[in-house]
Amino acid sequence: MSIETKNLDKVVIRFAGDSGDGMQLTGTRFTETTAIVGNDLSTLPDYPAEIRAPAGSLAGVSAFQLHFSSKDIHTPGDTPDVLVAMNPAALKVHLSELIAGGIIIVNENAFSPKNLKLAGYESNPLEDGTVDSYEIYSIQMSTLVSKACEGMDISPKTVDRTKNMFALGLLYWIYNRPLEPTIQWLGKKFAKRPELVDSNVKALNAGYNYGETVEIFSARYNVDKAPLAAGKYRNINGNYATSVGLLAGSIKADIPLFYGGYPITPASDILHTLASFRHFGVKTFQAEDEIAGITSAIGSSFSGNLGVTASSGPGIALKAEAIGLAVIAELPLVIVNVQRGGPSTGLPTKTEQADLFQALYGRNGEAPVPVIAAQTPGDCFYAAFEACQAAIKYRTPVFLLTDGYLANGSEPWSIPNFDDLPSIDPNFAEQNDDLPFFPYSRDKKTLARPWAIPGTVGLEHRIGGLEKEDVTGNVSYDPENHHKMTELREQKVQNIVNDIPKTQVLGKNSGDMLILSWGGTYGSCRSATERLQNDGKKVSHVHLRWINPLPKDLGEILIRFKNIIIPELNMGQLSKLIRADYLVDAVGLNHVKGRPFKASDIVDKVKEIIG
Amino acid sequence: MSEAKVKNPKLDRRDFVSDQAVRWCPGCGDYAILAQTQKVFPDLGLDKEKIVFISGIGCSSRFPYYMNTYGFHTIHGRAPAIASGVKLANPDLSVWVITGDGDALSIGGNHTIHLLRRNLDVNVMLFNNRIYGLTKGQYSPTSELGKITKSTPLGSLDRPFNPLALALGSHASFVARAIDRETAHLQSMIQRAHSHKGSSYVEIYQNCNIFNDKAFAPMTDRETKSDTVLWLEDKKPLLFGAEMNKGIIVDGNTPKVVELGDKWSADDLLVHDETDWTIAMMLSHFTYQDDFPNPIGVFYCVDEPIYEVMLDEQIKFAIKNKGKGDIQALLDGADNWVVE
Repeated sequence: MSIETKNLDKVVIRFAGDSGDGMQLTGTRFTETTAIVGNDLSTLPDYPAEIRAPAGSLAGVSAFQLHFSSKDIHTPGDTPDVLVAMNPAALKVHLSELIAGGIIIVNENAFSPKNLKLAGYESNPLEDGTVDSYEIYSIQMSTLVSKACEGMDISPKTVDRTKNMFALGLLYWIYNRPLEPTIQWLGKKFAKRPELVDSNVKALNAGYNYGETVEIFSARYNVDKAPLAAGKYRNINGNYATSVGLLAGSIKADIPLFYGGYPITPASDILHTLASFRHFGVKTFQAEDEIAGITSAIGSSFSGNLGVTASSGPGIALKAEAIGLAVIAELPLVIVNVQRGGPSTGLPTKTEQADLFQALYGRNGEAPVPVIAAQTPGDCFYAAFEACQAAIKYRTPVFLLTDGYLANGSEPWSIPNFDDLPSIDPNFAEQNDDLPFFPYSRDKKTLARPWAIPGTVGLEHRIGGLEKEDVTGNVSYDPENHHKMTELREQKVQNIVNDIPKTQVLGKNSGDMLILSWGGTYGSCRSATERLQNDGKKVSHVHLRWINPLPKDLGEILIRFKNIIIPELNMGQLSKLIRADYLVDAVGLNHVKGRPFKASDIVDKVKEIIG
Repeated sequence: MSEAKVKNPKLDRRDFVSDQAVRWCPGCGDYAILAQTQKVFPDLGLDKEKIVFISGIGCSSRFPYYMNTYGFHTIHGRAPAIASGVKLANPDLSVWVITGDGDALSIGGNHTIHLLRRNLDVNVMLFNNRIYGLTKGQYSPTSELGKITKSTPLGSLDRPFNPLALALGSHASFVARAIDRETAHLQSMIQRAHSHKGSSYVEIYQNCNIFNDKAFAPMTDRETKSDTVLWLEDKKPLLFGAEMNKGIIVDGNTPKVVELGDKWSADDLLVHDETDWTIAMMLSHFTYQDDFPNPIGVFYCVDEPIYEVMLDEQIKFAIKNKGKGDIQALLDGADNWVVE
């Protein structure tokens, strides 16, 4: 019997299993292979905060969702077409989100009475009708990998851990993907443990061959290459893109990158990545706490490096006083907040956008800080680069907001030509014998003050957290001076608006509804807009990257729409800002569920408003 | 103008005096420390533009404004962390942290101990007046138990920190103590701190004549100081007293004060050794003990690996191993593909 191969535009797969089942790794490998095959893709890793919750429990389920397509896509997908469930808990947690009639692939061996009980199943869902309306493939993966590795001198436990490779191999067969990239990767990963390379490759092949031989599958699927613009591509996730963007900024400014930080989920990978860039001269400093992370970075900026710190909400809260110091000292600094669910410890591994107000206002006094937010994993590179540009040009701390979804999610990324990126002039002050040096004199156009770094002859000066006298920088408690300096610091930040390009409107310049978004909700909002436009709705989309300052032309765009909706993964922070700044009746769509919007959430809400 | 005209090789005290009016209370011990610092700095052989003073918050932390060098008056407790960034960014700088007992041991205790354990080549001058001055007189982490202040009308309940034992416990590589009134000795401690490579930690007993006057009077008054101060000199026996007739012996594991005479001679006394951590720790515990004199001088001085030197070595090692970083290659990544 020959199996039919069907063409599909897009597929959403969700890999789910116990934390120890290697689902993140499996998903990442499928992603890398899919990128190489040339599909457009978007991913959503979703893992618990516990390193190892009790095996088999609902709390321990880790998942990785991947959307790949022959078309241009923007989200990890609303509903999975395929659910790979490595144990009963994974099935229990994720079944309700699977598309009606979708494919389920399970490891039958894991459906033991003990695991069923841990998952809260009173009877076996594979037998009691629970999954009857789906296309179910119940496969004894543990038994099959054990057979594949028969005769090898490794423990049964080690063999069983290769079952994720079996599942991966099977999916490669179903979706016509090559095994070679994964085999090569395994070879590198376990270079020092050849027996693990061998067992994992055997499991991978076993899964692939299982699909080929057992004749239980009704079809194989083909997803053509996506029509990406010509160029060189790679797959990239947000934290990596952020790290490389920061590095690129420092190289373009020709000043060393200094990173001071403290480990925190989901920002730690920025520290890890930058720590691997020693050969670029990058100095990473794992400080004793969040405060030392940012203050060391401020110290490095005072000395003429590009100071950077990254954290997530709880850590940013600890840095607040130091951010105020950087504001008044007017030193370049980039502060990355990889946002997660809050308040307090909140949801460490889940995404949220609820730190916008923290970035804008979370300090004592009038302490304006520019805020830029990345919109996709790949855009983290450009947002980080722009943050460096603004920090150096305007001598100011700059907030870069990303989030857990962008940080860990990945997409194909058109690789920039480094030489095409603009250079950044640190414009260090030098002694001018004809003029006295004033540390708080200002560039007329930008209002930036001189960056006079220790080691420069003749420019010895003192700065600090006390209010400065205009021009001289001496300590001043004069009332008029404080008012003036407060205005100058605000105006300097607002001057960044001159560097922000014209706002792009996706769709017509006027209509029934404008979807206004910022940060990581870009993809969902864009997909929703496209669907609504295809339905003939007069809907357009504007996405903000800079939130402080807001683009010059935003006000005139807003008033051309009958309705404005602002979907946010918070309780309405940008909404409040837009309503306050522009006096428009913007409506919020607000979810704080620890995960991105589904495009359908937005489509439904817009239809509810405009019909 | 030629560079020669700008760079005067012979600096004097006045070169380190800034144009800012000094605003400590009249009679404050900080004046003496500032004056001695300005006096001794010309002798350190440093280019003025390479000197940076970093402070936190407190009376002492106004110090950088008065030194005509680079300076940064930062936020409460964080000076050691700021200084770490300053030094790591440019290891050629001579970096000085000016801090107080509240700044360094209370709000900034964490940064102090971590700076010391990392052993960056940064010099810490801790002005210890055992009181909060800038906030007008609350007890500090070095105030004696039972201290009566505005915030502790019935006496403080917390035992005081021992600043030197804390530093030694953090494996500081240079630990010393000076007194504001002993000006020549204070200068020598600043010089020693400067010449030591690695973190230098100098506790300076400093009188706050407004809120904690005479806290160190027994150690500074002419009549009493010879019996209350033990001047530390490397490889010399621990002798003190007006007649230099008292000393420290170790009986088993216990230090004791003895009088020289029939029973004890100078040969029986413990000989100070700046490289002996156990002796340094023992001496640090004389603090707050009425039966013992207060040791002043260098407690401990050893060479340990220096953080910024090791960081630089790592960078060189990485470049040697991987080659100098190629940003385009990094952007390209290992797995990429071309869309025609």
